[in-house]
Amino acid sequence: MKKRRLVMRTIILLVLGAAVAYSLYANFTKDNKQKVAVGEMAPDFALVDMQGNKHRLSDYRGQGVFLNFWGTWCPPCKKEMPYINNQYHQYKDKGVQVLTVDIDESALAVNQFADRLKLDFPIMIDTNKDVMNVYGIDPLPATFLIDKDGKVVKYHKGELTENKIRGFMEKIKP
Amino acid sequence: MKDVKCECGHVNPHGTVLCEACGKILDERENKDQLLDMRYEGSARRSQTYNKTIIDKIWNFFSSVKVGVWLIIITLLASILGTVLPQKMYIDLPPEVFYEQEYGWFGKLYYQLGLHDLYGSWWYLLLIAMIGISLVICSLDRVVPLYKALKAQRVTRNDGFLKRQRLFGTNTGIEDKDLHLVKEHLKEKRYHVREENGDLLAEKGRFSRWGPYVNHVGLIIFLFGGMLRFIPGMYVNENLWVKEGETAAVPETGDRFYLQNNQFILQHYDKDQNKTFEKALERAGDVVKNYQSNVVLYKRVSDNLPGEKPELKKVKEYKVRVNHPLTFEGYSIFQASYRSELKAMSFFLLNKNTNQSVGELKIDLQDPKEKYDLGNGYAVKILNYFPDFEFAKDGEPSTKTRVPNNPAFVFQMISPEKPEGETSFVAIKQTIEPFGDNTYKMAFKGIETKNTSGFIVRKDSTLWAIILGGILFMIGVIQGAYWNHRRIWIQQKDGQIWIAAHTNKNWYGLKQEIEKVLRDTKLNIPEDQHQNEKSDKEGN
Repeated sequence: MKKRRLVMRTIILLVLGAAVAYSLYANFTKDNKQKVAVGEMAPDFALVDMQGNKHRLSDYRGQGVFLNFWGTWCPPCKKEMPYINNQYHQYKDKGVQVLTVDIDESALAVNQFADRLKLDFPIMIDTNKDVMNVYGIDPLPATFLIDKDGKVVKYHKGELTENKIRGFMEKIKP
Repeated sequence: MKDVKCECGHVNPHGTVLCEACGKILDERENKDQLLDMRYEGSARRSQTYNKTIIDKIWNFFSSVKVGVWLIIITLLASILGTVLPQKMYIDLPPEVFYEQEYGWFGKLYYQLGLHDLYGSWWYLLLIAMIGISLVICSLDRVVPLYKALKAQRVTRNDGFLKRQRLFGTNTGIEDKDLHLVKEHLKEKRYHVREENGDLLAEKGRFSRWGPYVNHVGLIIFLFGGMLRFIPGMYVNENLWVKEGETAAVPETGDRFYLQNNQFILQHYDKDQNKTFEKALERAGDVVKNYQSNVVLYKRVSDNLPGEKPELKKVKEYKVRVNHPLTFEGYSIFQASYRSELKAMSFFLLNKNTNQSVGELKIDLQDPKEKYDLGNGYAVKILNYFPDFEFAKDGEPSTKTRVPNNPAFVFQMISPEKPEGETSFVAIKQTIEPFGDNTYKMAFKGIETKNTSGFIVRKDSTLWAIILGGILFMIGVIQGAYWNHRRIWIQQKDGQIWIAAHTNKNWYGLKQEIEKVLRDTKLNIPEDQHQNEKSDKEGN
């Protein structure tokens, strides 16, 4: 009788406690929930670059992918772009692909920007912000490192130095 | 701790004050009082009797009404704090800037203490959760013993129990026919009458005792509904901006639905058409009559990857107006806002000497072309485009955002006279010729604007719980407030007839009812001992 009461009380308290714990946890994670978490598979996407070539992320399985989101209007993007271009040349034959996604700008703006900074890695425009939404990007610039198995290794928000970029490339070199 | 066996033979749980069956006083401390404390029928509230394990200690903490009341008071005070300054969802600037800038040191402190997001803070949530737990445990701890005590009660009651009811009286020399008449009257008054060995127990409205607990169940379901919002997909409240002529994925639908905005319409009241309101309209200026977006809802039928063009199937057309949302699969799309954006700019290419136009061009600001051929050897090239122009910190022209709020261009004007081109920088109300005097200039012709409709996408799958909780809450209140639990005992004791009565509220009503029940008989109306007690004291 007494034992049953203790069991009942324990069960009720556990159920209530679990509900409270879940609410608190959900409330904590609600604001900084990352849509694409490190260790998970990077969501596949397909975009057409400025030269008209289609790039599908899953086609690069077996290579590391340096995926960068940017805009011509964003000053830190402007700064890191030449560094990325340098490292692109260093690592493109070592199995690391650079893919960069401009968020919803005109082809003219993007082309002129690329010409001015002499960028020659693939640049794609995400006109409907589909890829941006899937990856939950905010703010720009944002960089995802994806390993040869398609898993996200790192998510970096903000500007990169050339050293950092080199480190990143080493990380995902197959 | 053992169960207590009453002399009537009923076995009561430890801690019982009044025997569940006959009402005999089991707890000696109770004896000193003149009248009985009938709360919870003198049943054993478990919480106050067992206090051994940690589980029992937690249970007992939450079982205390005092603790519950304090939790409510603390939550109320905290809620008040949150209304002192605007919460973070109502401010435009980043909170770390806003509060100090607007309210000085107090604002800074307010922000640092985290009061800018009080209703979403962990400790506020914890307070609400503790009230919920207190509600569950307080209710369980009271309703179970109360139910048991009311179920176990017998018709014949202990002398002491009857004597110490608030309404009590004795009679001698009463005939059976009077008792019969009383019984008839009781039944007329819809009492449920039980009889045992010539003793009567008339009872009605017992269900009103469950009112507070029904109310609490409602509250708990209500809180549960609030908790459901945390489960992904149960509650959606997102903004969606769609430009005229464009199609966008509806957020939180997993890109299953797309919304195309064909046109945004803004209508004002016309004072010539509404003569009655002419004066008012003159005074108020423009008064908006209608905000409307003509939209088409599409469902995605292809299995495309993000970034690929989806294949869409039309679901329906709709005119979204304020309070007339487009609804589908539990989602509602409301007209919430709009803004006007520059869509295109047009220019003349002007010969500065003759002031004559040699051609004109229209530039789509969303997607400008690299070169505009005007014929006869005239052309304009865009060397640089800044949709939202500003001079950067280093003095270089740059763009603040991708939105064409303040477009600026570096043009190269090619003409038969100057086939290599002349360069000109053109922004709104500003022209700079970086390489000296040009023969030609870009003269501003006009702009075209395009509206963007702002929608709110909402889905609330928790409403059923909120509504159910609210209904149960009200049923509980009504049940407890409009009915009373009344009991009248008419019992044979030592050749006398004793009458005692109890109600959980509205003693006046009970007394009136007893008067009616005892009419046409020789039975005396029982006295209100509570009143006598008071007048005795006042008499001293």
